[in-house]
Amino acid sequence: MNEQVKIDTDRAERTEKLQGMGCKRKRVEDIRFTQGKGSYVDDLKLPGMLFGDFVRSPHAHARIVSIDTSRAKALPGVIAVLTAADLKPLGLHYMPTLAGDVQAVLAEHKVLFQNQEVAFVIAEDRYIASDATELVDVVYEALPCIVDPFKAMLPDAPILREDIQDKMVGAHGPRKHPNHIFEWQIGDKQATDDVFAKADVTIKEMLVDHRTHPSPLETCQSLASFDKVKGELTLWGTFQAPHVIRTVVSLISGLPEHKIHVIAPDIGGGFGNKVGAYAGYVCSVVGSIVLGVPVKWVEDRMENLSTTSFARDYHMTTELAATKDGKILGMRVHVLADHGAFDACADPSKWPAGFMNICTGSYDIPVAHLVVDGVYTNKASGGVAYRCSFRVTEAVFAIERAIEVLAQKLGMDAAELRIKNFIKAEQFPYHSALGWEYDSGDYHTAMKKAMDAIGYKALRAEQAEKREAFKRGETRELMGIGISFFTEIVGAGPAKNCDILGIAMFDSAEIRIHPTGSVIARMGTKSQGQGHETTYAQIIATELGIPADDIMIEEGNTDTAPYGLGTYGSRSTPVAGAATAVAARKIKAKAQMIAAHMLEVHEGDLEWDIDRFRVKGLPEKFKTMKEIAWSAYNAPPPNLEPGLEAVNYYEPPNMTYPFGAYFCIMDIDVDTGVAKTRRFYALDDCGTRINPMIIEGQVHGGLTEAFACAMGQEIRYDEMGNVMGASFMDFFLPTAVETPKWETDFTVTPSPHHPIGAKGVGESPHVGGVPCFSNAVNDAYAFLDAGHIQMPHDAWRLWKVGERLGLHG
Amino acid sequence: MIPGTFEYHRPTTVESAVALLMQLGEDARPLAGGHSLIPLMKTRLAAPEHLVDLAAIEGLRRIEVVGDDVIIGAMTTQHSVIASALLAELVPILRETALVIADPQIRYKGTIGGNCANGDPGNDMPALMQCLGASYQLTGTGGSRQVPARDFYLGAYETALEPGEIVTEIRIPVPPAGHGYGYEKLKRKVGDYATAAAAVVITMAGGTCISASIGLTNVSETPLWASDSAGILVGSTLDAATVNAAVAAAEAITNPASDMRGPSEYRTKMAGIMLRRALDRARARATV
Repeated sequence: MNEQVKIDTDRAERTEKLQGMGCKRKRVEDIRFTQGKGSYVDDLKLPGMLFGDFVRSPHAHARIVSIDTSRAKALPGVIAVLTAADLKPLGLHYMPTLAGDVQAVLAEHKVLFQNQEVAFVIAEDRYIASDATELVDVVYEALPCIVDPFKAMLPDAPILREDIQDKMVGAHGPRKHPNHIFEWQIGDKQATDDVFAKADVTIKEMLVDHRTHPSPLETCQSLASFDKVKGELTLWGTFQAPHVIRTVVSLISGLPEHKIHVIAPDIGGGFGNKVGAYAGYVCSVVGSIVLGVPVKWVEDRMENLSTTSFARDYHMTTELAATKDGKILGMRVHVLADHGAFDACADPSKWPAGFMNICTGSYDIPVAHLVVDGVYTNKASGGVAYRCSFRVTEAVFAIERAIEVLAQKLGMDAAELRIKNFIKAEQFPYHSALGWEYDSGDYHTAMKKAMDAIGYKALRAEQAEKREAFKRGETRELMGIGISFFTEIVGAGPAKNCDILGIAMFDSAEIRIHPTGSVIARMGTKSQGQGHETTYAQIIATELGIPADDIMIEEGNTDTAPYGLGTYGSRSTPVAGAATAVAARKIKAKAQMIAAHMLEVHEGDLEWDIDRFRVKGLPEKFKTMKEIAWSAYNAPPPNLEPGLEAVNYYEPPNMTYPFGAYFCIMDIDVDTGVAKTRRFYALDDCGTRINPMIIEGQVHGGLTEAFACAMGQEIRYDEMGNVMGASFMDFFLPTAVETPKWETDFTVTPSPHHPIGAKGVGESPHVGGVPCFSNAVNDAYAFLDAGHIQMPHDAWRLWKVGERLGLHG
Repeated sequence: MIPGTFEYHRPTTVESAVALLMQLGEDARPLAGGHSLIPLMKTRLAAPEHLVDLAAIEGLRRIEVVGDDVIIGAMTTQHSVIASALLAELVPILRETALVIADPQIRYKGTIGGNCANGDPGNDMPALMQCLGASYQLTGTGGSRQVPARDFYLGAYETALEPGEIVTEIRIPVPPAGHGYGYEKLKRKVGDYATAAAAVVITMAGGTCISASIGLTNVSETPLWASDSAGILVGSTLDAATVNAAVAAAEAITNPASDMRGPSEYRTKMAGIMLRRALDRARARATV
């Protein structure tokens, strides 16, 4: 073996040992998860612990005439029954929402949606609590309700929120009607209207992104334990943002923040559902403070689906203007946003419609104008980002459906129309008409790679043949080709425009190397299954040359973790991942000083080599990070403090903009309406790839949820405001049997402003997937002039399309 | 999703089970696999004060041939039905149907007797039993009686069972050798009840259908035995016009509820489509 080969082999071995960035490291958390050894809120048991359960409204809109708790209180084992009357003296019958509204904790005079919380029973066990809820006698006087958001602002509409009836200026400006929440406008209205007035071709379509629910397998839950002697509250809960929850609890309870210990243990999925604060959290806290013993609250499946935050319910009138040869000139969108009974959207405070203004998508659209009107209805509140950055799924659905509608009107191929309008690689950083600065992208390359991989031309030829065969009566199947080319906006965000309740949306990492060279690192984020314990360690491994297996990652305990804004909107890698790299680099800088001292050379004479500093030109003279760590505690250089640790609070200079090209091939049985996904190809560009296996897993998960949303998942209400199908019998949660096989691919366009060039990926597949499925369905029927077909595309609805088109003979 | 309070009983003989049920009256429910009853209890749509678990009773899990019939003990699990070589040979449509019930975990617990006795129109076995001309042995404190599956179902969750009676066995006449069969079920996902489903058994001779029986699942308050529809098929070559007429006759007797699976008219049409497809398969399988 010659010398160079020996050196290369040695370096390769050392690199592999680190299990750093770019390697398919197995998820370390799976050792406990796959053995059933995770510790979730409902696994926690404290001495003397009591259980709470809610009395819920059977009505969507009703006046509460009276509440009689005496029969419930008389049941043996019942300790207390809380109503609004008990919470009011504490100022806790309402709580603030992240959107600047207030939300009833327990209904006072009225209920505003079915299953709203009316009373909280606390009992010795879960069964007694549940029994007692049936013994609370509530007399209601039913009121007319609003289910259809288009009826919310009619002159004679019943007024829903009497508590803010006279407050005609809300958190986001003037309100036009007592049931109006806000109007949010962005873009150049005049210029956009001018373009539309003169354009060769315009399209206008009402695109509904229907109401659904993030439905994590673990429901929302909390366990509060108040120590009356110390005056300290410990609160375990399913919190995607534990630090924010602590601040909120402090603000609304009056307890000093340092006497509140919020702990998010293992979390079984969040998908946006576990960002907000819920009545159950507040009631378990109040219960524990009042009774002095721990009180647990665990939501059941029906409660989860019907009360804690829903997603979507955006009704988007979407317009595009273009030249006759397909150059898009302008976009105009009006959104009617159904927020339910309270505005409990979980968006950064200044963004009442989230980042809906990313709706110009991946295209160079010169002018655009967006208006969003939020309204109250008699439905559960929310509007959270379900596996997406704030309202980005809605935005991408609008542009990616609209561009297909435009392609059809122009008689152009939908892929060709996209390519014609893509923002070009040399235009980055790109300033969009609705105010964003896209950091980087190379859309043409990604699209070409995807079209080649899927064999796009051949598929269109096959489709043309199938359509002819269908017309001849030789087949009862329709073939659809769905395309989606999405641009996400993730990693909120810069302090100048992103805050939650006034707290800038930075995130944090604190890294400490122990004397023996192993590491503990803590972040302000909180994994709900994303694999943070694996991937953050990989960043540190590469940055510091310490094997990932020697690095422990901790999150979720507000006493020990640095303050951070939590995990949602694909922000962990863009923000806390950046903090991790920066903190590691601070340590590395100090390590270099220590190594120079140890090797008796000048710092500048050293160079970094995988896991060590070595003397330039003298590779045999080196100190490994492990040796440096020992020295940092044993014999630090004079004038340098001992120890080897660093903290970074990272405020991102910009968002990151992952993108991707997705293709879906679908075959639809016209007679039953059953749609089968033949192929689904997903190319994602999330910049630098930390762990390809975790990325693949995230893409599989996001696509599965996209498939669910597009093809059947919904929270539906009847006209009386009764929530329909709020159980897994009806709510479509696909199993492995229904889920299509996913083909994944990638390009790499690093973020120019992120320390390691990474962009976030967990939500891209959802954002890109929903319109891809819907486009496939719409494309299947397009040659029959079906018009836009609304989601969800479950079998009976597609059968109805066939009925409408006279396809059933 | 927390059930009410109940007493749990675990008798070891049929006699003691029915005596208990008789004594406890309307507040008691027999428990077989539990996969229909327990979800109802969790949502408190059912709140029995006593559960009489039949799991410890010997002799209710068996599959055997007696004369021209197959006898299946009521506590035989769906999994055992699927695994039985005897059933696969003699009544293969049982296996085909059991395989589209729920998922493997549930089929390890769920029983054929429970599926038949509960009176849930969503269950798959009742329509199949009507199609096959099966009868149920009902046992009470006064002894046992046989009731044909076609007479057993009176309404949603309403059956011919008298207070204190339980289904102890199912008796299925073995269909003739060479018969064709098919169970076709449309569902939204694994574990779902049918949007609509059809069971078909036919025999063919010289290209002519000489006997036919059809059962329809979950398109009315009870399972449906589509005798008129089947009657149209008999004597025909299963030509398109005859099949269309049979499908129309089957659709005519359905009365499905509109639910999250789709509106009533859709589910009616799907009953027709499922019948068409089950019949196609049955014809392909029949020895002509």
